[in-house]
Parts: sequence; C-alpha cells; structure tokens
Amino acid sequence: MRLPAQPAERIDRSRPVRFFFEDRPVDGFEGDTIGSALFASGRRVFSRSFKYHRRRGLLCCSGGCANCMMRIDDLPNVRVCMEPVREGAEVRAQNVLGSLERDLLAAVDHFGGPFTPVGFYYRTMIRPRSLWPVYETFLRHVAGLGRLDKHARRSRRFDAEHRRADVLVIGGGRSGREAARAAAAAGRHVVLVDERGAFELDGVEALAPGRAIGIYEGGLVPVDAGSVLYRFRADRIVVATGALEQPLLFPGNDLVGVYLPQAVRRLVDEWALKPGEQAVIVSADERGLAVADQLERAGTNVLARIDLRSSPPRQIVARGRRGRLSSVAVDGREFECDMLVMSGGRQPAYSLLAQAGARIEYDAKRGIFVPSDLPPNVEAVGSVAGELEPAAVPAASFDAAEGAGRCFVCVCEDVTEKDRKRAIAEGFDSIELAKRYTTVTMGPCQGRLCHLPAIRLFAREHETDEATIGTTTARPPWSPVSMGLLAGRGHEPAKRTSIHHRHEEAGATMMWTGFWRRPHSYEHAGNEALHVHRAVGVIDVSTLGKLLVQGPDAARFLELLYPNRFGDMKVGRIRYAVLGTDAGRIMDDGTVARLGEEQYYVTTTSTGADTVIEWFEWWNAVWGLDVETVNLTGALAAVNIAGPRSRELLGRLAQVDPSNESISYLDAKEAHVASVPCLILRIGFVGELGYELHFPSPYGEYVWDTLLEYGADLGIRPFGLEPQRILRLEKMHILVGQDTDSESNVLEAGMPWIAKLDKDDFVGKWALEHVQERGFRERLVGFEMTDGVVPLEGGQIVLSGRPVGRVTSARLSPHLGRAIGMAWVRPEYAREGAEIEIKVNGGVASARVRLEPFFDPEGARLRS
Amino acid sequence: MSFLLSCPNCGPRDVNEFAYAGEVTSRPAGPPDLRELADYVYFRRNVAGVQREWWYHRFGCEIWFLAERDTRTNEVLKTELPAPSTAEAMPAPQEAGVPDTPAT
Repeated sequence: MRLPAQPAERIDRSRPVRFFFEDRPVDGFEGDTIGSALFASGRRVFSRSFKYHRRRGLLCCSGGCANCMMRIDDLPNVRVCMEPVREGAEVRAQNVLGSLERDLLAAVDHFGGPFTPVGFYYRTMIRPRSLWPVYETFLRHVAGLGRLDKHARRSRRFDAEHRRADVLVIGGGRSGREAARAAAAAGRHVVLVDERGAFELDGVEALAPGRAIGIYEGGLVPVDAGSVLYRFRADRIVVATGALEQPLLFPGNDLVGVYLPQAVRRLVDEWALKPGEQAVIVSADERGLAVADQLERAGTNVLARIDLRSSPPRQIVARGRRGRLSSVAVDGREFECDMLVMSGGRQPAYSLLAQAGARIEYDAKRGIFVPSDLPPNVEAVGSVAGELEPAAVPAASFDAAEGAGRCFVCVCEDVTEKDRKRAIAEGFDSIELAKRYTTVTMGPCQGRLCHLPAIRLFAREHETDEATIGTTTARPPWSPVSMGLLAGRGHEPAKRTSIHHRHEEAGATMMWTGFWRRPHSYEHAGNEALHVHRAVGVIDVSTLGKLLVQGPDAARFLELLYPNRFGDMKVGRIRYAVLGTDAGRIMDDGTVARLGEEQYYVTTTSTGADTVIEWFEWWNAVWGLDVETVNLTGALAAVNIAGPRSRELLGRLAQVDPSNESISYLDAKEAHVASVPCLILRIGFVGELGYELHFPSPYGEYVWDTLLEYGADLGIRPFGLEPQRILRLEKMHILVGQDTDSESNVLEAGMPWIAKLDKDDFVGKWALEHVQERGFRERLVGFEMTDGVVPLEGGQIVLSGRPVGRVTSARLSPHLGRAIGMAWVRPEYAREGAEIEIKVNGGVASARVRLEPFFDPEGARLRS
Repeated sequence: MSFLLSCPNCGPRDVNEFAYAGEVTSRPAGPPDLRELADYVYFRRNVAGVQREWWYHRFGCEIWFLAERDTRTNEVLKTELPAPSTAEAMPAPQEAGVPDTPAT
C-alpha cells in the first residue's frame, strides 16, 4: 500500500525486490529498507521488548532505537529501518517464543510486574547460590536481544586499514557537507563519513555508508565501513553529528503507533507510506508540529496539534489494545487515534565530542546539554554545536492518571519511570551509579533516546536541576559495531621451516610449538626414539633461534649476559649455556659456539628466539659494547642427525674427516656437506652421537633428501618432536618453560656448573648468590615409577598425604622400558633413590628419585 | 592506547608497532644487599606523571629507545636513543616473559 509518487521518494517503483519474513514473501522496491517494505506489507509490530516482551513498532525509523531489530540471514540485531532490501534475504523476529503477534513470553508483562522491578535479579535470584546457573539460563532465555548462532562459521572477511586525512568530517548533513566543501576548496584532503547511503561531493572523498564509532586517544577515529575498519588520523576532525529527537515521558509512550517526527517524515517522504489514519501531535518544537504537512499529504487526519511551548498539558496518557495505540488523553480530552507523534525537542549528539575531551554543560534556558571547550584540532558544526531551533523544555514526565500503563524512560532496556524512582529510593543517588543499576543508557540506543529524559527525571526526584546532576561518561562505541570487525581478519600466524613440505609428504602429524608448525611424529613416537638409539635418525631443528654475535667485545658481552664463561673457550668449541634474568630466573637455554676470536654463534630455544634477540639488543642499548647481533633464525635451516650410525652418514657426505679426533664432542666445524656450506655442531640433546648441521635455508629440502638417500642403507629415519622429548628426558636435559617456570634458577635446577659466581658481574649473579646463601627451597630431579604408570605433567608429589613437589615432565621410555620423568621436590628428597609418591588417577603411585641421567649417565655415547 | 610514538629512526608511528618495556630503573652499581636487589628487580615507582621508559620498535626498525611520557595523558614529551657511554647507572627493562609453550 503506497501513496502516490512523493516529491523526494527514494523508492524505484520499476524495480521490485522480494525477500522473506518468517518464510513468507515480502515485496518491496529498490530504495526500500527491510523495515519500510515490511511496513508497506502492513506490519506494525517489529519486535518484542527486552524484558517485558511488549510489542514495539517503528519509533525513530532512523537507526537510533532498538525497536526494529531483527535477524537477517545469520546476523542478529540488525536495525531493519536502515537495512536496504536485498533479494532473497531471510528475515526473522528475535527474542520471541512463538511469533511477534503471539509471544508466550509476554506473560512477563502481564504477571511479572510486581516481581520484576529494577535490579530484581540482583536480589531475588541469588539464593541459594548453587541455583544461579539455573536462574541464569532461564534469564538468558527470556530476556535479551538476538542470539548468536553457535555453529555459525566465519562467513565474512573483516579488515582494518590505517588512513590519514587533512580533514575528517563526521556527518553528511547540511553543516557537514558545507564544512567539507569549504575545506576541499581550500585545497585540503577531506574525507566525509556518513552513516546513510552513498553520495557525491566535489573534491571530497565520501565514505558512506560509514560510521565513526568513537574518537579515541590521540585523535584516532575508527570508522565502521561494513567489512573494513578504517583507523583514521586527521589533522582536523569536524564533528557534524547533528541532534537527536527526544521522546516524551508519559504512560503508554512505548505503544506501537507512537512515533518521533523523523519516522513520519521518512515513512511519507522517502517510501510513500501512510503512517496511520488518525493522528495526534504533541511537540516541544516546530519540527514536530511540521510533520502535519507529511500527514496531510499521506491523507492522515490530524486530530490535535498540542504545542508544549504555548499550552503545556499536565497529563498525557496513551492507551492501547494488544500493544497498539488506540487512544490518547490530554488533560482529560480523549482522542481515538492510531498514531501519536511526540517531540521533546532535540539534543545535540555530542558523544564523539565528549570522547574527544570537550566539556558538556547544561543550558538551563534551552533544556539541553551542549558541548564547549573543544580540543584544538576538533571542531563542531551545525546542530551538534547547539545551533537548534527554539523549543520548549518539556516536563520530566507527565502525570499519570489512575490505572494508566507503564511509562518508559528507556525502551531498549525496558526501564520505567517507576524503576528509576525505586533506584533512587534504594540509594542510588549518583547518576553514574543509577545508570549501572538500572542500565538506562546502556542498551543498543546508547542513550540517544533516554539519556536526557533520565537526567531530567533524576533532577526532578532530587529536587535539583540538570546541571547539578550532570551527564554520564560518553564512551565508544557510539554506533554498534560487529565483533568481527573489531577482531579483524582471521589470522593465525604460522611459521614453517624450509623442510616443512617434506614432513607433510612423509605423513607426519604436525603440532604447534609457539608459532611454529613441527612434526610431532611420523609413525610411532616410541619406535622413532628407539631407532635413534639403534641406528640413525634425523630431525628438523630449523626452528632453533640462531644468532651471530660478533665484534671486539663479543666475549665480554656474552659473559655479562650469561652465567657461563666464554672468554676461555677455544675457537671451534661449543658450550651449553643458560640465559637468566637479574632475578636469577632461567629465561632460555641453548648452545654457544666460538667461531672466531670475535665471533660467536648462539642458538636459543625455538619459542624463545624473539625474546632472546630483543633481550640481547636491549642490554647492548644499555651497555653500548662494540658488538653486533645478527638474527639468522630464518636464514638458516638446521637438522640434527643422531644415533650410532650418524658418523658414517656424515662421512659419506661431508668434505671433512668425521672421526672422533677430527670432530670431537662439543666441537664446531665449518665444512661442506653434500656440497652445501654447513656449520657442523657436535652436540647431543638426544643423548646419542649426533651432529647438528646449520646451513642456508634454501637448501633445506635438498639436504634433507640427500641425508635420507645416502642414509637409506644405514636405516635412517626421520623423527619428530615427541620422540625427541622422550630421548632428552632419558638424559634429563631440561626444556625451558616445561621443566622450569618463573621461579626456577640454574642452581636449584641442578646445573651449578653453569653459574660462574667468581665472575665480576653477569645478569642474575646477585640473585644466584642470594639463592646460594639462603639455601635451596626445591630441586629439579629425575624420577622413575616403580610400576609402569605415567603420571600427568603437573601432577602432585606427596608424602604421607602432604604435597612435597610437582611433576614437570613424564614419558614412557621404550628404551628403558620404564616410566620416567622430572620433578621439583623439596631439597630433602633430592637424594638418589628417595621414595616418593605421585598422585595418579585419584590414587597414588610410588616412584624413586634419580639424580643421574637415566640413559648413559657418563656420556660415553655422546663422546664415542 | 592509540597514541602516536615518535621512533628516533622512523618518526611518528602508531603505538601498536611498539613494545613497551617498563620504566627506566637503576641497576645497582655494585653488589646490592637483599633489599636493594629486591627493589631493583621487583619494585617500580609507577608514577602518575612524566616517566622515563623503554620502548622497542618491534614491528618496525627493531631499535630500543627511551621516551618521556606523561602516564596520565599519554603525551609523549620526548623520545631519544640511549646514550650508553654516559649511563652512569644502568637501567633495566621489565622481565621478559617466560615462553608459554615448552621450548625446545
């Protein structure tokens, strides 16, 4: 049902669009919104309210209130009055049990009144405490807005983009466009953001539809442009957000058929819709009264125009049938009508200015809050600055007659005038506290319709004025923003080594270690571990942090950073090193190889590499030593070949004598392996004879393939991280972050030889001296289970039922045929063979403390 | 936090590019007693006002520098490279975090 063509209508009657509401087809035109097309189809009830499930219809019709929120396709809480029609869209009502017409939850409105006053759930549903989950589920079910689909998958892509502009104009009304045009004429780069549809303006970049969601610290303005969040920084910000039409407070002011003037203007002018048959207008300003023009054009009969400026009534009561307006009584004069236009004047939409740091002051004469003292680079133009037509200051609320219905202060959250009074009676006498208690201004409209009326009411109840009450803090977001937009693009950073694809081709099970993707195992972790003991295995250790430290002060630098000594190392030798903080805490570990008089090659843990290099750089920013640190982590790949046959394999490929005399345990040697320049480090994290080969990353797959090819007859097999963890545990080699935590130091971790306390200074020296002095509080030890059960990592160690320690690592060692592990225990239990008990599966299992490595305690295999 | 920070190398950049590493503190010049050590390792002044502090341009040129920032307003008064040769008292950064996954 449309009116004849209107002069400024937005619809294109030649282009019909069909969508579905609750599975029934609805027809509209291009230029319609979902809301206007539904209205045209005869729909007047658009939602059920938050708490009482009262029927609600179009109220502001300009994206301000929550009355028309529906679910469109998978997206809840869409304001359909602003959402353009889309062919085939699936639109549904939300927060109803049944339908908009017959919502079973509306019982709350009929019967719940006395039981559901403001804050009732803080009081009535807290006992017994154990039942809260039941109450909560119930409340969540009966109250609230749309529901998120728990099974919805990421269907849209969101991005963020940093933008700059000379001038950013927020709001594309008359004043905003004028300001934009003037700035553009002055040669400035101007961006204009407007939440309504697209438009063009010469020399101005229009970002529409787009919504500025706040003005943050440093003048940052994030703009919601649908699927992109623009983070704007501008030399000058011009706020032209206009003013907001205010409702009046009287019983029945939420009935379907009660409109703000803007709704009537849009319905008639933009979509050629007749808003009602019989109308009453109650207005504090000329704008409200002027909708009589639209109503006349629409053929609506205006029964009364009540001008609050000249003849303010004392009493206004709206009554309805089945939630829809049926009559209005003004000071006893009764009007049978189906629509009421109310206007309480306009309030500058100052929120963005307040966020930017402006002062907000009450202008008693005009009855509105106006911004002042703007920050230097922020400007307000038009009605947001207070340039408004004269209006009467309406009463805080109009007296209710006996038996009148509820008078709503906040339609989003279903807060009534009575609730507000009750909150004050309960002692919530500050506006900020009352806001939190009643949740007025905290609903989807963010105070657009309720902030000023709530303050007026508050002032009246306190018998003071609005200026004394003041405003509540304006916080972003000023416009609703989807969580996806704030989260940005779905992005899961993953690092892969240059050999990664070989692992996938071999069918490895991959796992995360920090940002790295690494093979957990290829077939069977236990068998892979056994194979390293028996023949030869190869593991990709490219993830190790690799730093080159060089310069005249290199030795001094490392000796200051680490508890170890490095200055006495011969070129070509390697030392295990543990990095600590000044609190004495273990931060990372790895190896340090001396490649030259002034050159060291440092490896770190895979996940600690970034932290360590920042740590190195930081300390040298402080010390200013003549030393450079180069991060080679990504530039170099690394593999470890380990097992009794690894020497034979190396001999086949390396242009160097692989004998024990030529490359001894803890030797570092540069040589070509398979014609690739390599740094060979003979170290033994996994406890067998082994060599780490470090070489340029691009050769990763080639070196890997060549090792597998030339080692085939030796039985070479790749092994993953899990077998490596079994092997290192057999040697009691620690994993930083697994066996150590924020309290662990090298002394109590059982590595006193690391800390050279006779050095003049090193990071952590004083703390370690203190530990030495005060004695140990706990020790890191090994343990083996007397039966085969493997305790949980983190499991408690008990003795006579009292906790005396905790498990940090535990594995079944196929080589030893026993469950082994490492644990922190009280020092008195750090004895070889001490009997302890570990909590397992609700019971306890016995174990024995071991101080020596489980496998090859003398290190004969490593040196072989 | 959404202010701009001026890297001595790169100029004003969004603060998200930087890592904050705490106020500048003094590392004791010689062996401290237990109280001095605890003060240095664990205690910070946490001023409401202008503070000298460490920043690292993590997603940029990877340089450490010092800033003077008003902690109440986030106004950055000055940024500069450290001058280590004249650092009579050695400042220390916040403790680096423990890797939260087992390291290998």
